[in-house]
Amino acid sequence: MILESSSLVVVPAYNEADTVGRVVRSIREAAPDVDVLVIDDGSTDATCREGIAAGARVLRHPFNLGIGGAVQSGFKFALENGYAYMVQVDADGQHDPGEIPTLVREMEAHPDADVVCGSRFLKDLQYVGPISRRAGIHVFAFIVSRIVGQKVTDPTSGFRLYNRRAISLFARDYPHDYPEVEAVLVLHYHRLRMHEVAVRMFQRGGGRSSIRSGKSVYYMIKVLLAVFVGMARSRPVVEPGDEAPVAATHGI
Amino acid sequence: MGTRVQIFAVVGTGLVFLTVLELVRRRRLLERYALLWLFSAFALLALAAWRGLLSDLAHAVGIYYPPSALFVIAFGFILVLLLHFSVAVSKLADQNKVLAQRLALLEEKQREAARVLAEREGPGAAVEEPEEEDAAEPVLERSRE
Repeated sequence: MILESSSLVVVPAYNEADTVGRVVRSIREAAPDVDVLVIDDGSTDATCREGIAAGARVLRHPFNLGIGGAVQSGFKFALENGYAYMVQVDADGQHDPGEIPTLVREMEAHPDADVVCGSRFLKDLQYVGPISRRAGIHVFAFIVSRIVGQKVTDPTSGFRLYNRRAISLFARDYPHDYPEVEAVLVLHYHRLRMHEVAVRMFQRGGGRSSIRSGKSVYYMIKVLLAVFVGMARSRPVVEPGDEAPVAATHGI
Repeated sequence: MGTRVQIFAVVGTGLVFLTVLELVRRRRLLERYALLWLFSAFALLALAAWRGLLSDLAHAVGIYYPPSALFVIAFGFILVLLLHFSVAVSKLADQNKVLAQRLALLEEKQREAARVLAEREGPGAAVEEPEEEDAAEPVLERSRE
């Protein structure tokens, strides 16, 4: 029921010309009826052309907005074009499009879930990332699990399936720089439910991660700041009828 | 406070005050960003001109040399102004993001419409290739640096 033309697979890509075509093609193999949308986040290489050649529709940002802005464009596209479900798959080949049906089955098995997140750590599926990265993920997993009061094993995973409620929430407001961890909390604050399901993930196929080794400390601190400041917000996302979050009029 | 220091402080803050007013008059500075500047310049001008107030203030917080109090207060205003700019820049970044997303969505819609139209008109019609835009990009790159 979910893998129909009412579903959209979003592939955010920044300079991923080497892998984006392969990813789009394997998505179309795994789920032939869904639409595929590549978000070319201001790439300076042939990402856009590769995406179109592989049969995807491509949104092209005029400059690099970062992963948060790119994925949010996907939510906006899904909202405006009336898609009931949206899947997010990274363009670097880390996520296995063959696992999309796994996400879908989980969503069908739990109709109360608004988001299904593919986790590397739910079962031992031989994910061999660098130890520092795994340690960092476990720190986030511990903190996030405490805050939301539900076990979250892989809060940094971007391999997710969203329903219409989650799409419209995130189209309005999605975290900026490294959004996955914060997004879990935004869901929690808005009483949306997230389920995790075990999936296989690969090592990166090419290109460069948005999180490079030297930046990982900065990443940790920035996300922790966002997590704890976010807890102090009475209402983290603007609801219809609220004051406009982005306005040119009021000053400080 | 020596008379010379006082004259210097009055002239300096007065100049800031007048410069901000002039920038607003020429529409180079929006009123809502000028207000904080005007307020700081006005407060500093008042303190520089009114000796008693400054020395009372300095003694109240335990500063022995009143002109240093003027620097402390000026420094405080500068911090507030910088924070104000960070807020303004964050807001601009946010607006920029929304505009870029809007533009990308519209561009895609337009490309899709052109494709559908071209399909309807048959194989002779030309489809706008996205590569054409590449030529314009290096200019954008350079202007950002």
